[in-house]
Amino acid sequence: MHELSLMEELLRIAEAEALARGGRVETVVLEVGLLAGVEVEALRFAFEALKAGTAAEAAALEIEEPEGRGWCEACARIQPLEARFDPCPDCGAAPLAVVGGRELRLKALDLVS
Amino acid sequence: MCTTCGCGGPAPEGAPRRRRVSLERSLLARNDAFAAANREAWAARGILALNLVSSPGSGKTSLLVATLQRLRGRLPAAVLEGDQQTERDAARIRAAGFPALQINTGKGCHLDAHAVGHAAERLAPPAGSVLFIENVGNLVCPAAFDLGEACKVVVLSVTEGEDKPLKYPDMFAAAGVLLLNKVDLLPHLAFDVEACLAMAFQVNPDLRVFRVSAATGEGLEAWTDWVAGQVAAAPAGAGALP
Repeated sequence: MHELSLMEELLRIAEAEALARGGRVETVVLEVGLLAGVEVEALRFAFEALKAGTAAEAAALEIEEPEGRGWCEACARIQPLEARFDPCPDCGAAPLAVVGGRELRLKALDLVS
Repeated sequence: MCTTCGCGGPAPEGAPRRRRVSLERSLLARNDAFAAANREAWAARGILALNLVSSPGSGKTSLLVATLQRLRGRLPAAVLEGDQQTERDAARIRAAGFPALQINTGKGCHLDAHAVGHAAERLAPPAGSVLFIENVGNLVCPAAFDLGEACKVVVLSVTEGEDKPLKYPDMFAAAGVLLLNKVDLLPHLAFDVEACLAMAFQVNPDLRVFRVSAATGEGLEAWTDWVAGQVAAAPAGAGALP
């Protein structure tokens, strides 16, 4: 449910950037890691619901979803992580230190002027 | 480069200019900046802020009232109450004789650091006190929003599912303390405490656990001793807990 306030923040940044640089937003590129605790479909819904009246009114939303990665101390290696409490696939140690997959970033905007 | 068709030639006169602007901006950065300011302001005055999170119905407010009654005369305490609607929880705290301020989030499913910072300024807890922040009942969204607290305290009652730590791992991973509440009801339930704690430690091996009952007072002494110890260990200007 916090997807709504996250999307408000995204549109606030996009609006300010479009105003400062000039142009309207054509594409919003968002990065949402698979371990970010955010529902991508809820983000898409929030984007469509909130974009009217902003500089991103006609924009498309592209979402990149980097996979989870965890550091295993015992193996001294980065391992794939589907859920944050998953054990190391090699040695079984858990939990691993999450080093990837928690991204929640506005990566880029395509501006047209 | 021409941005109309992607060819190497110059853009035609009057054609729209299209460019990609790289931003790499975290959607939580603004909240995190407010949280850092809160943390600094509270540390400077030796205030221990604890962010209480749980599902609705875990007994957070009753547990808070029982905790405050135990702290009376030992430690100054104040409460920020977060709910979507009503002043009911703040009224309960004030009826128990402690300062409290209600934050209504409206449709919002979590407290944010900006609203909490302003509310804390109005509440003005005294130096060397403990500030309890009771978040909106929700085991998902409040996990992502730092309020500037020293520690998140997750309350799980034994009338809930014992596998909640695995179902809502982000919250249990973000918390420093787990209060297992309503333990007086255990004789009437099939809740497996050891299984529950094993799942909690699977997500977060560093969790500190207190088994408590707001109804009977069981376990509250150890919990309030811990709170008082944290305030004593964080003298003014010492910064947040590790």
